[in-house]
Amino acid sequence: MTKPNSAPKPGMMIQSFDMLSAFLKRTSGLVVTADKLYLVENRLMPIVHREKLSCLNELVSVIEKGTKPALAKEVAQAMTVNETYFFRDKTPFDQLRDIVLPKLIGARSATKTLRIWSAACSTGQEPYSIAMLMDEFANRLSGWRIEIVGTDLSDAILTKARNGAYSQFEIQRGLSTSQLLRHFNQLGNVWQISEKLRSRVSFRALNLLDSYASLGTFDIILCRNVLIYFDVPRKADVLNRLSRALTSDGFLLLGASESVLGITDGLSAHPESRSIYVRREMPTAIRHPPAA
Amino acid sequence: MKHALVVDDSAVIRKIAKRMLASLNFSVQEAENGAAALNYCRQTMPDVILLDWNMPVMDGMEFFEQLQTMPRRGRAKVVFCTTENEKSKILRVIEAGADEYIMKPFDEHILRLKLQQIGLISAESE
Repeated sequence: MTKPNSAPKPGMMIQSFDMLSAFLKRTSGLVVTADKLYLVENRLMPIVHREKLSCLNELVSVIEKGTKPALAKEVAQAMTVNETYFFRDKTPFDQLRDIVLPKLIGARSATKTLRIWSAACSTGQEPYSIAMLMDEFANRLSGWRIEIVGTDLSDAILTKARNGAYSQFEIQRGLSTSQLLRHFNQLGNVWQISEKLRSRVSFRALNLLDSYASLGTFDIILCRNVLIYFDVPRKADVLNRLSRALTSDGFLLLGASESVLGITDGLSAHPESRSIYVRREMPTAIRHPPAA
Repeated sequence: MKHALVVDDSAVIRKIAKRMLASLNFSVQEAENGAAALNYCRQTMPDVILLDWNMPVMDGMEFFEQLQTMPRRGRAKVVFCTTENEKSKILRVIEAGADEYIMKPFDEHILRLKLQQIGLISAESE
């Protein structure tokens, strides 16, 4: 019999919290410490209510029994949904426009192909922001094949991402009004990104702890504000595999508070930005992406 | 410290917007309609005006047209902040020369991002 009084907060026993924490780390790499109990409650209580369970402890117990894999997956997905908005942090998109894209457009002038991966893209604001940014380069990219791939763990989130429809609140976060007018159609209270831009982004379900082999290699990878939730060994594993998913002269963009320092030797910071990383070793040939 | 003018006939909206702008390090004045705002701007031109559209006495669009007759140099940036949320109306305001547009309801995050976009506050990582 467990003792509720030793739980980090009334309503959830410490043992249940530990089991949930271990489950999340095992399945999605997410590190959830006791100070994130509010997040656990916010994200999982709706599931507790819907499943007509008595409390979070019972939900954890059901997951541990392993008899409801769909519910376990839903719990993992509910805990890994992160806040996002268009052109989040602004600076990385300025750097894409001013540093990364001019270099890659020059380097790929023969193949006229660019592949961009938005890892852990949540509801799609990041890959669509990239699509809007690429639209600014439309004159220089005429005849190019631009592939933007967004991946996320959550199927439900990806459904929303594919639909590209956002609330009034969501479209006001990060989008300028001119971007809104140019790229979105109003459908009542919802704003949907144009068919043209939606067709430029594809979405796939992917757990960052799983293999990236099916995705091919990318010229640009954005993996921002994700690694902060992983412990050091998982950060190292993900960063090493991300570096291998980059073309030899590709660019990896991390969040402003994230760094590879002391975690991997496979990447080094770009001289013009602490958030942009390049592969440390420089193979002689650029690997080819898989056929679309 | 930058200077903002909140123009809205709702005292509640003025109070909320004033609190948000103050937390973004703006000094804030209020006006309850376009005419009062115009009088204020003739004496002291703010850096930015948060402007409601539908107001008694003088509405936001009429105020904006009057403001644009003032010397361009030093003229305030204008962010419409209104319940009007139809794309055609937003387009009308932007084509008339407004710097940005906020649809009510809004929160401090939206306001901060809009002010970043027009260069009145610097972009920060979240």
